[in-house]
Amino acid sequence: MPIKSNHNLLSISRLGILPILYFAMAVSTVSCTSGVKTTVAINSNSAQVTIPDKIDFTFHVKPILSDRCFKCHGPDKNAIEGGLSLHTAEGAYIALGKNKDHHAIVPGNLEKSELINRIYTSDESLLMPPPESNLVLEEHEKEILKKWIEQGAEYKTHWAFIAPEKPEVPKIKQANWGNNEIDQFVLSKLKENGLAPNKKASKEKLLRRVFFDLTGLPPSVGQIEKFVNNNSPLAYEQVIDSLLQTQDYAEHMSAEWMDIARYADTHGYQDDFERIMWPWRDWVIHAFSKNMPYDQFVTYQLAGDLLPNANAEQILATGFNRNHKITFEGGVIPEEYRVEYVEDRAVTFGTAFLGLTFECARCHDHKYDPISQKEHFELYSFFNNIDELGLTPGGAGKIPKPYMTITEKEKNGVLSFVQMQKTEMKEIPVMVMNEMEDIRPSFILNRGVYDQPTTQVYPNTPQSILPFPSEYPQNRLGLAKWLFHKDNPLTARVAVNRFWQRMFGNGLVASSFDFGNQGSLPTHPKLLDFLAIKFREEGWDTRKILKYIALSATYQQSTEVTKELQELDPENQLLARAPRLRLTAEVIRDQALKISGLLNREVGGPSVKPYQPSGIWEATTGGGGGSTATYVTSTGKDLYRKSLYTFWKRTVPPPSMMTFDAASRDLCTVKRQETNTPLQALVLLNDPQLIEASRLLAKTAMDVHIEKSDQISFIFKQATSRDPDEEELHMLDNYYSSMLEKVKNKGIGAEDYLSIGAFEVKGEYSKYKLAALALTAHSILNLDETISRG
Amino acid sequence: MSEKKIIEERSLILNRRSFLGKTALGVGGVALASLLGANLFRKDENGILTKDDSLNGVKGILNSLHHPAKVKRVIYLFQSGGPSQLELFDHKPLLNKRRGEDLPESIRNGQRLTGMTAGQDKFPLVGSLYKFNKHGKNGTEISELLPYTAKMVDDLCIIKSMYTEAINHDPAVTFFQTGSQQPGRPSIGSWLSYGLGSENENLPAFTVLLSRGTGRPNGQPLYTRLWGNGFLHSLHQGVQFRAAKDPVLYLNDPKGITKEVKREMLDNIAALNDKHYQDNGDPEIKSRIAQYEMAYRMQTSVPNVMDTAKEPDYIYEMYGPEAKIPGTYAANCLLARRLAEQDVRFIQLYHMGWDQHDNLPGAIAKQAKDVDQASAALVADLKQRGLLEDTLVIWGGEFGRTNYSQGLLTDTNYGRDHHPRSFTMWMAGGGIKPGMVYGETDDFGYNIVKDPVHVHDFQATMLHLLGIDHEKLTYKYQGRRFRLTDVEGHIVKDILT
Repeated sequence: MPIKSNHNLLSISRLGILPILYFAMAVSTVSCTSGVKTTVAINSNSAQVTIPDKIDFTFHVKPILSDRCFKCHGPDKNAIEGGLSLHTAEGAYIALGKNKDHHAIVPGNLEKSELINRIYTSDESLLMPPPESNLVLEEHEKEILKKWIEQGAEYKTHWAFIAPEKPEVPKIKQANWGNNEIDQFVLSKLKENGLAPNKKASKEKLLRRVFFDLTGLPPSVGQIEKFVNNNSPLAYEQVIDSLLQTQDYAEHMSAEWMDIARYADTHGYQDDFERIMWPWRDWVIHAFSKNMPYDQFVTYQLAGDLLPNANAEQILATGFNRNHKITFEGGVIPEEYRVEYVEDRAVTFGTAFLGLTFECARCHDHKYDPISQKEHFELYSFFNNIDELGLTPGGAGKIPKPYMTITEKEKNGVLSFVQMQKTEMKEIPVMVMNEMEDIRPSFILNRGVYDQPTTQVYPNTPQSILPFPSEYPQNRLGLAKWLFHKDNPLTARVAVNRFWQRMFGNGLVASSFDFGNQGSLPTHPKLLDFLAIKFREEGWDTRKILKYIALSATYQQSTEVTKELQELDPENQLLARAPRLRLTAEVIRDQALKISGLLNREVGGPSVKPYQPSGIWEATTGGGGGSTATYVTSTGKDLYRKSLYTFWKRTVPPPSMMTFDAASRDLCTVKRQETNTPLQALVLLNDPQLIEASRLLAKTAMDVHIEKSDQISFIFKQATSRDPDEEELHMLDNYYSSMLEKVKNKGIGAEDYLSIGAFEVKGEYSKYKLAALALTAHSILNLDETISRG
Repeated sequence: MSEKKIIEERSLILNRRSFLGKTALGVGGVALASLLGANLFRKDENGILTKDDSLNGVKGILNSLHHPAKVKRVIYLFQSGGPSQLELFDHKPLLNKRRGEDLPESIRNGQRLTGMTAGQDKFPLVGSLYKFNKHGKNGTEISELLPYTAKMVDDLCIIKSMYTEAINHDPAVTFFQTGSQQPGRPSIGSWLSYGLGSENENLPAFTVLLSRGTGRPNGQPLYTRLWGNGFLHSLHQGVQFRAAKDPVLYLNDPKGITKEVKREMLDNIAALNDKHYQDNGDPEIKSRIAQYEMAYRMQTSVPNVMDTAKEPDYIYEMYGPEAKIPGTYAANCLLARRLAEQDVRFIQLYHMGWDQHDNLPGAIAKQAKDVDQASAALVADLKQRGLLEDTLVIWGGEFGRTNYSQGLLTDTNYGRDHHPRSFTMWMAGGGIKPGMVYGETDDFGYNIVKDPVHVHDFQATMLHLLGIDHEKLTYKYQGRRFRLTDVEGHIVKDILT
């Protein structure tokens, strides 16, 4: 039973990715002159990596230095070994040693560059990185460092900290391909790599894709047919326009924002009591549905309470910064937790809006990025000034202050979007931000520990990103202004990168959570900057930028991939095809609800409790009681709300959603995993929600078609947005017939199977046929294609 | 599907997403490891466990062990809530002698207290109401509350000098299980699944069993993130085995559907998926097919391992009468042995209810009775099957309890608050010195005076026994290489054979 060895596979992976990285990225910033290429053999394997002719600091050198050297020779000034820091040119060229007589790097001079000796030496006591660090340099990495020093060891500021400038759009053209500037940037990179764009996706596929990406729901059979038969050149654009106006769009955008804002319906620690933050979620949906400009959307959330004459809507939006976990565990030291809350806000700010890992500078200076511990706590101090408690006395139902109270008055005023009528409550308390008059002093906390304050600090932003303008108020409102300052290098890039991620699975910077030195490099840096500037100049208009991306030919390519391309660019960094993506946890369930006709499209209001295996909450709950001790399944149409509205108990999140990589909502998450596991198969096969949807899907098919083949085709098309081909139809037909026979022979308990889930199929249906067709639908809902958008 | 076909499928699913980090978080390495593993370990001619490359299989991220392993699996009997070391293992007669006297400040020495006792005017010392007797070859003192454990004492290594940093349950349990007090990191079992893979292709590498104590039935809650995969691939998450109708969530076939019908459905799905793969070429589709096969195998393997009906009477006598009641600690201990036999890598039990702030004497007696017989039986049972030599069994909670009474101290009643500064755990099994007592606390049972063992030291030692250097099993996430022991951890060499 030969299985490829681990070792070989890792080598293959290296092969898979490196040529692309070096080949593809090098050419993006430096001109690619043809010349003799150095090749290096890896690990006695025949694998070879091409070393570029011109070494670029940002794309070739810094990833190596950062990952393997910065820990001891980087931005953390308290960790620097031997007086050498390699993150700046000055630090790297400095004279070292007692006698100041040697240098790690002497540009252009290999012999005098001690770094070269140290990385090639066979003396373990001298070798860098030292063996005990468990870090090693690969042969080709050493070659790159060597060549870089030979070529002058030129340093460049980290790309993400230089404000984007409007790049020149490549003039390259290809006949019959390309709709807007995106395509020119992409095509230029493809041509450099000897590749061409893929053919256009079929109309069905394209429609399915744009429906899912913009609304999180599939098109109906009717919508597919209408689109396929519409030969107007404007048909596609019209679809985009209409999708962007739907409530579904607003909800789908909000679903992503829930991860970023770590939204939950419970407090998150210990007994994990319920909290009421859904009116804030209603506001997010409202903001997306009226296409609130991104700068305003973010400013309201960061500092709505500090806006002049702040109204209830602006205050409600600041709930963003109260969505973090809050403890109710009796006996905690309140200040320890209050510090955690402030930290969470600062770290969320860094991840969500700057794409930086501020948490890494809590205990010491950042090891990789130019963020000192002092700067960490300066950012922290912006969020340290609300009148809150680390531990609110009492148990379930107590609202940690500060909070606002929404009454009928607000509901009839600016908060008309809050779905108060869905509750019995006359007054709804929602946690919000509220700045204190007397500033709470902030300090650097030694090792990040709450009870070890050292030097006092004041609100400020990291120098290396953008100094804080002195005319801005030193509070959250000033911070929001700083974020949207035209010279801020990160805000627009981070935002458009996330939009790209929504439409392509990966951002142009794959690590959408980290734009720092350890993050991924942009695959198309100029395109990223082009989009960032466009987004800002066009008024931070989210709908407009999404439409612009959707209109590109790049987006509209087919996902089909040849073996060669798959091997050459497994990560699809060059975009010679559209990505095939698994649907998210929410969308998988929502699709089943939609196509079966079960979906309840009410918007907003309190969260609901759809099917969940019994006993999960009860098995872990403690003595705290409260509404989160026992799971009480919703009834009636509340069972079929969109998954955005599924009650989120943080310590025991809904298992079917977690199985499909939903974020836990413990911390701000800007990118989910996309995994493929046996537990996913079990959910799709056995979750009553899917089985109930299969039955309803079968019933609908029987309502609209008489012929069994038509019924099967209908179901298949609802689930995959295309007609089955002859072979597929044949397979499904056979399956149906076999199921029908088994149902008739009592090999299948039709009554039992048809009784799963609350929704009863009424009317004159042959139980046998309904069961056989439901089983067929059940199979179809399990297809990889059904849970993917291609 | 034939065995050969399954293996072919598996080698096919070694695709870009698994190996190149197609997933959001850059799952590098062998993400599907826990599914694919055959034996990572084998015994060489000297009986030493080494990595087995003979099958040439794809397993955990580690190409080879960092050093020879002593054990290949772990059973962790987590006593949730913080058992009182003073009533169970750490005998302090001084506390009985000075009963009611205030804890001297020289002993407390600025230790931070929880909000529950920080406001008390006095901290009256209180000794155990339960007697201690000497047991085993070395005359180790064990409380009368643990008669069965006492009989096994020559097989145990009792560490009396554990300490932690957290003083409350949520952060303290999270710290033990993930190396960090704040949620978000992978738990121990996930690290092992990631590093070592699985030895059983039909069961998850990391399984979890929960039970409730009688000492404080509405005790401290648990959180599913305690067996979460954090930033590792979700294949490495702990899978809860339940005493419920569905022993694993969503495991059971729907009503009305037989195994044969399910098989036919799977074949139909696989055929259609395969057809689509031929048309589209995305290797992820192949992986999906393989995952469905694994799910199918789990539908047989999980109920098989959970079905204890055929265990002989003498086994039930060993584990005690509760072993016949599904969902009890005793039943879970028996299941733990069965999972160990199936080479499940990390078997995590949680027994809730040790949080005895008040009415401690009554509550701890019940709680100890819940676990004593079955814990001891598990060690004995593993031993008689020759499994103890390559299994590590761990018994312990997230912290200890104070030497002074929380609330009113009466002749027959008292409580104890959380105490992070010293507490007791025991370990048994391969590589661990049997019959040993390690570490010492002062006469007040408050501070450690000899051989302190930090949580990270405990974690480092556990990994060491599995052949892993705790500094080398890392995962790069958001630019940083994370590991179970964060940036600390020393192997406790003195307790190793």
